[in-house]
Amino acid sequence: MHELSVTQGIMQIVEAEAKKNDVKKVLSIKLMVGVLSGVMPQLIQDYFELVAVGTVVEGAKLIIERVPASIKCLECQEVSPIDRMKLRCPKCNGIEVNIVTGKEFYIDSMEVENGD
Amino acid sequence: MEIKVVRQILEWNEDNSKEIKEILKKKGIFMINVMGSPGAGKTSLIVEMIKRLSSNYKVGVIEGDIAGQIDAEKIDALGIPVVQLNTEGACHIEAMSISHILQYFDLDQLDIMLIENIGNLVCPAEFNIGEDIRIAILSIPEGDDKVEKYPLMFATSEALVLNKYDMKEHFDFNDEKVENIAKDMNPKLHVFRVSTRNQMGMEELIGWVEKMVREKSLA
Repeated sequence: MHELSVTQGIMQIVEAEAKKNDVKKVLSIKLMVGVLSGVMPQLIQDYFELVAVGTVVEGAKLIIERVPASIKCLECQEVSPIDRMKLRCPKCNGIEVNIVTGKEFYIDSMEVENGD
Repeated sequence: MEIKVVRQILEWNEDNSKEIKEILKKKGIFMINVMGSPGAGKTSLIVEMIKRLSSNYKVGVIEGDIAGQIDAEKIDALGIPVVQLNTEGACHIEAMSISHILQYFDLDQLDIMLIENIGNLVCPAEFNIGEDIRIAILSIPEGDDKVEKYPLMFATSEALVLNKYDMKEHFDFNDEKVENIAKDMNPKLHVFRVSTRNQMGMEELIGWVEKMVREKSLA
């Protein structure tokens, strides 16, 4: 529901990085999106094309990599993949767990053409 | 040429949330984020919580709504410090809004801050706002499929209040099923069956909240 403001957040970061590195054109941007993050990649893709118009980012390809979910059990220390939101250790049934991966939502890298 | 960036897209929200946590820790304030659909009974629950908590604690409220100040007026009538936060269309509260609003309270005069989030089962769950605990409300008329349909809110909350429990006989609402599904996702979840209208379950809920407040103050 707030994918538009999220996409504007992506643009802010990308434009700041582009300026810092004297970039002429951004060719592609790689986003890491965890499966538990609640973000809809397709909507970001659609909004991205709209907000990029007239910037160094216009025409850039958005590459979205989904990160699977995993938890670490604080009782048996095992790290296990989980197929959906289920915060219980599949090995020892422990409930004191930390989410290790799956909530990611960050810009990993971008492919650019330099100004010089 | 590749530039390595590695920056959180919602990083401003996480930074703000941590800042709020530090301020509240210093001031000894316990913050509760109350979330649920429009009509689930968030305001009624907050009103009932104030009535019980205010004999032992100094309570403040931030009322989040897209527009208007109907809810803030209800809280103000109880003589409790309240600030209305209008999000002007946004579907959730972000940490930055809470940072801005804290200045309107005398934080030395508060023990518990209740936050009524925007009525919505989806977006509020994605934003930490510096809270110590989250209470999700699901009311009986909304139906017993909501935990499966909107898992994030129930998976990230400490407590689930099944409100309007006095209406249960009029609806096909399987509360055992809801509790099982929610605890399957989130085994540490506490489930309370409540009716804010006839006070059912309020004592148990308040007992748990007070226990959480005491545990934080000792930590």
